[in-house]
Amino acid sequence: MSLSLVLVQLLNGAQFGVLLFLVAAGLTLVFGVMDFINLAHGVQYMLGAYVAASLGVWAGDFWLGLLMALPVTLLIGLALEWLVFRHLYQRDHLAQVLATFGVILTLDEAARAIWGSAPLNVPQPGGLPGGIEIMPGLIYPVYRLVIIGAGLLVALLLWFLVERTRAGMLIRAGASNAPMVSALGVDIRRLFTAVFAFGAMLAGFAGALASPVFAVAPGMGDNVLILAFVVIVIGGIGSIRGAFIAALLVGLLDTAGRALLPDLLRLVMDASSARQTGAAIASMLVYIVMAAILFFRPVGLFPGPRA
Amino acid sequence: MHRRTLLTGAATAATAAFLGFRPSILRAQPAPLKVAFVATLSGPGAALGNHMRDGWATAVKQLGGTLGGRAVETLVIDDELKPDVAVTKVRAALERDKVDFVAGMVFSNMLQAVYRPVTESETFLITANAGPSTFAGKGCSPYFFSSAYQNDQPHAAMGQAAQDAGYKRVFVLVPNYQAGKDAVAGFRSRFKGEVVDEIYVPLTQLDFSTEITKIAAAKPDAIFTFMPGGLGVNLVRQYRQAGLGDIPFLSTFTVDEATLPAQGDAALGFYTASTWAPNFDNPHSRRFVETFEAEHGYVPASYAAHSYDAAHLLDAAIRRTNGDVSDKAALRASLEKGDFPSVRGAFRFGQNHFPVQDIWLCKVAKRPDGKYQTETVKKALENDTDSYAASCRMG
Repeated sequence: MSLSLVLVQLLNGAQFGVLLFLVAAGLTLVFGVMDFINLAHGVQYMLGAYVAASLGVWAGDFWLGLLMALPVTLLIGLALEWLVFRHLYQRDHLAQVLATFGVILTLDEAARAIWGSAPLNVPQPGGLPGGIEIMPGLIYPVYRLVIIGAGLLVALLLWFLVERTRAGMLIRAGASNAPMVSALGVDIRRLFTAVFAFGAMLAGFAGALASPVFAVAPGMGDNVLILAFVVIVIGGIGSIRGAFIAALLVGLLDTAGRALLPDLLRLVMDASSARQTGAAIASMLVYIVMAAILFFRPVGLFPGPRA
Repeated sequence: MHRRTLLTGAATAATAAFLGFRPSILRAQPAPLKVAFVATLSGPGAALGNHMRDGWATAVKQLGGTLGGRAVETLVIDDELKPDVAVTKVRAALERDKVDFVAGMVFSNMLQAVYRPVTESETFLITANAGPSTFAGKGCSPYFFSSAYQNDQPHAAMGQAAQDAGYKRVFVLVPNYQAGKDAVAGFRSRFKGEVVDEIYVPLTQLDFSTEITKIAAAKPDAIFTFMPGGLGVNLVRQYRQAGLGDIPFLSTFTVDEATLPAQGDAALGFYTASTWAPNFDNPHSRRFVETFEAEHGYVPASYAAHSYDAAHLLDAAIRRTNGDVSDKAALRASLEKGDFPSVRGAFRFGQNHFPVQDIWLCKVAKRPDGKYQTETVKKALENDTDSYAASCRMG
């Protein structure tokens, strides 16, 4: 394998990692600040993609659809928080898992009822040059660079919000001792509502960004959700920095496994079994690494405020 | 004593009712036929199930709500892609609703779940999509018919098409599960050139950039892939976005009318293998496409066509027995004749009750009205009998 091929695969891994970070950021924020397990985060990702696709078709432009999807997913987040989630904050994690799983089933079927079972037509992002030829015959679409840029911006924005603003200070304080913050005269419920809605909007933003690349179909959030959980478990629950590094790690590991393992295994076994074993191990790789990290560092690489 | 009198009286009345009245009621208005139409209508595979249900409904409506001159009632059953659910619901249809036929079946593992309960109750089972090798060969049954194809045929046809096109080096990319492995085996049964690499990806794969990079580095003459549903949408979009569109994209169940609305321009010119395409030029096919689009508002895929054909198959067979479905041997002989107005033109069954038919190489095209459909390019396999038919012995 040539050096340029390795570099291209590294880029692929980093880009997949950034996309995972976009999804995991909202999840880890909500979990870290509110100690609330939100399985429905993947559904909010799906809704973001659907709303952006529908509004994009309606407006005739992908970017307008993306822009309009942000307030819509924010409102959906607020509505869900008000209807379901705020009644669960005081409950244990099992009750939260059950209730939010119910939300997944309900909203997946609702999406099917509204938009149908078949994958949706999505307008392709206009106004961008096609791509950069990074290897003979292989184009790297500029849109993927936009995704990477968006991921980095979100990471910076979150860091700034949480570490450098008054709201962020309250969020950190609320995470470590909610009753005390409440006693100081801060409406902690409203703060939590705002954090939750912001997390939902981040998920929606990730879904909207992913919609031109991935199939927009009912249940599209479920696969992503599992990987997002792997990311926040590896990174340390509640830690934005941990989520960012873990997302890159997962993206790179997954890509490296898929790119290299089948070829490496060919050195020790025959071609056809190497291919299938390689593929099987590659798909398990991130989970194996997660298990190892949980074993040696149960709180994750960069433990968040609650650990 | 008292009770016995009562029982005797009741029995007499029942016998009288049975002997005296029932035949006349039957003559006046026979009970409607009941068909259980089983398809996956929820979960990720639901798009194909919808095509099939709508294809069946189109035919039944066209036939005025009758099959073979008898009123028909369709019980639509959602198997939820869960074998236990499929068995429970189908058993209920057999035992409680006493259905006369079971039709539909999107996925092979669902068919495998309901196959024995249905055929052992001596009810005719018509698959309109799933065609696993087990029931085409040794496990074939006199009560089982396919209006679709045997699973291997489209993959083999694509292998033949690659061979005919003179491709020397083909790159193979499939999901890592049984159907993916079957696809590779089917393709390689006809393609004799070099397979540069075979890549197996998990069924939950989102991003194909790693694989696409490998394809670009290998510079094959063509790729062969089998990526059903959302996987296919991801792959086709990303393949096109990466600028690989010039490498011929040979596929099965990856670009069809169920996924084309989402793939759009990205799929233009990509190849698939099918028994039928919406541009088939025969009156029956044209009428089907026209009616289907008017009623359901989208372009039918071959799944819809096979379900439509299943209804017409039953219609013709029941008509030949003058509406009698109780004489199973006669009905079977009538079904075996095939001979119904199929959207595929002439239609006949092989000895294992699977169609002997042409498999076409098809290509994605945009119609003048802006919708996408697959269109025939040429016959890849002519009058093809699947390779399991020879080992079928009908008991």
